[in-house]
Amino acid sequence: MIGFWRKIYAKNDNVKAYTLLSPALILIILAMVVPMALMLSFSMFTQVNMMEIDYTFTFQRYIDFFQKNLLVTLLIKSIKISFLVTLITLITAYPVCYYIAFYVKKNKMLWLVLLTLPFWTSYLLRVFSWKIILGTKGVINSSLINAGILSEPLTFLMYSETAVVITLTHAWAAFALLPLYVSLEKIDFSFIEAGRDLGLSRFEVFWKITFPLSLPGVIGAILIIFIPTVGDYVTPALLGGTDGRMLSNMIQAYFGKINNIPLGAASATIMLTTVILITIIVSNVTKRLTQRLT
Amino acid sequence: MNNSFIQINNISKHFADVKAVDDVSFEIKEGEFFSLLGPSGCGKTTLLRLLAGFEYPTSGNLLIDGIDITALPPDKRPTNMVFQNYAIFPHLNVEKNIKFGLRKLGLSHDEIGNRVKDVLKLVKLEGYEERFSNQLSGGQRQRVALARALVRQPKVLLLDEPLGALDKKLRDEMQLELRTLQKNIGITFVFVTHDQQEAISMSDRVAVMNDGKIQQLSAPNELYKNPKNIFVSDFIGETNFLKAETKSSDGGFTNVSIEELGEFKIKNNLNIAANSSDVVCSVRPESMMISKVKSDWDICLDAKIRQTSYLGEMTRFYVEVKGIDKTITVSSQHFDNQSFENNECFISISLEDISLLNKK
Repeated sequence: MIGFWRKIYAKNDNVKAYTLLSPALILIILAMVVPMALMLSFSMFTQVNMMEIDYTFTFQRYIDFFQKNLLVTLLIKSIKISFLVTLITLITAYPVCYYIAFYVKKNKMLWLVLLTLPFWTSYLLRVFSWKIILGTKGVINSSLINAGILSEPLTFLMYSETAVVITLTHAWAAFALLPLYVSLEKIDFSFIEAGRDLGLSRFEVFWKITFPLSLPGVIGAILIIFIPTVGDYVTPALLGGTDGRMLSNMIQAYFGKINNIPLGAASATIMLTTVILITIIVSNVTKRLTQRLT
Repeated sequence: MNNSFIQINNISKHFADVKAVDDVSFEIKEGEFFSLLGPSGCGKTTLLRLLAGFEYPTSGNLLIDGIDITALPPDKRPTNMVFQNYAIFPHLNVEKNIKFGLRKLGLSHDEIGNRVKDVLKLVKLEGYEERFSNQLSGGQRQRVALARALVRQPKVLLLDEPLGALDKKLRDEMQLELRTLQKNIGITFVFVTHDQQEAISMSDRVAVMNDGKIQQLSAPNELYKNPKNIFVSDFIGETNFLKAETKSSDGGFTNVSIEELGEFKIKNNLNIAANSSDVVCSVRPESMMISKVKSDWDICLDAKIRQTSYLGEMTRFYVEVKGIDKTITVSSQHFDNQSFENNECFISISLEDISLLNKK
């Protein structure tokens, strides 16, 4: 019996490939495909009352979503917050990676490890620590008041969109650092020297050579930050207050307190579709822009 | 023609405590094919990068065509470089790579088009405009790098081991082509290589470098025939060294006692001091002969062959001469490939062809 299988295994490359892939495949099917399918089907049902769901197929939930101003506003706000987070992360992480890739000669790994050090603690812990920094009696406010610069604490720091943007930016920075670093590290320094040799200033060389060549990393970083932050609900729940609430908090409520699973599922599906569309658009636009640059 | 087109005045470049280039001064003529030759780490590439502006000297100054360029950044210098790995921008096609260096020259659209067309013709790459770097062979990439640098019509073209990545046959072809190209366009070439054959066959003049210093700067045949020191003699071509000691000096000649062979009168071009044991005699393979019968050359010695290894145009003999084991290299045409009886042979040297060198 074992001999039989061994023969098949040895002869057929497809069998070999699927055997090796099977643990991952099974996991993905169970943990991704099945829940997604469930979510899609639930988005087409109707919640009759607290306990009962009507299982006839309908697109009414999607229409409901767009008729509720709150949901549309929250969707837009989620996208806006993620967009800001992505932008700020890129602007701050890019120079750091550039420095490590081109100017640090020894112990590059140490730099990367130090930069990602905060990410060794739990996500929740980091969110709470921002509470200590940004709160009304937090580090920033109390030192500004003690220094006599302010008489009243800054209220926009805490329980606001600002708080959510700051916290998410910090939380996801490490994920931007790595793809950016890898793509910059791969750029041969002689390309930059060649650019200078061919008469371009440092600034021009950056925009015409370095940036276009690091584009895979930039797009990677955009996707890696944008996709998870749109759906984040821990940070807005803990630091967002009413101002910093995002669509994911509402989705959570639909599955919980409000108990309208179909509408929650429809909102989640809409968010998923929007994120996919946006990422496609963003990566295409970035590529186009760079082509125009060069 | 300007004999001091490029002036390198007391240039030093130190990296931490390493003296990559150590107080070097020389001049390069306009329109010259000039090579910097030396083993890796000798400072030749650093010197080239100093000319390009990628490094700035620790001390000294550089002039090109009478203008001090020591402090100018690379984009303000009248030089262009062909990089060792060619550095063809992978996100741009051949045409855009070549146009890249023209955007800051303020040329009209037509002129840009014409220059690109001309330079593509010059390097024989017409029809490759749309290709990307990864769709080109090594030789084609090298041509693109050359075209990209030449299209800017620099006063000086710097080449950093541009043939190193090519296979032997292509390298020989490109050597000839580069040489012809340089003659046709008349731009000054500064060529860096560790390959002595390459430097010798292409250049008008060669600077041999070692330990950050110029060991000898002269025409290729001079390097071979009249090496100034033991390093140059050893680095350029094959040679045989014989231990020696100078005795009395007599005008341009010195009496030299060569290990176990006796005393001979040898011409002394380098003003080597008398009564010194810090000297060595160098004999090129083609100035030595191994034969079955005694010859009438100035020096003729009995020897016993222990082993031979055939190297193509040369043959290496491991011999015993007067009880001493020696390795000597001889031109293959200078011995008859007959078997030697009992491995007995005669080694002949002509006195004229012995160069007397200082050990240091």
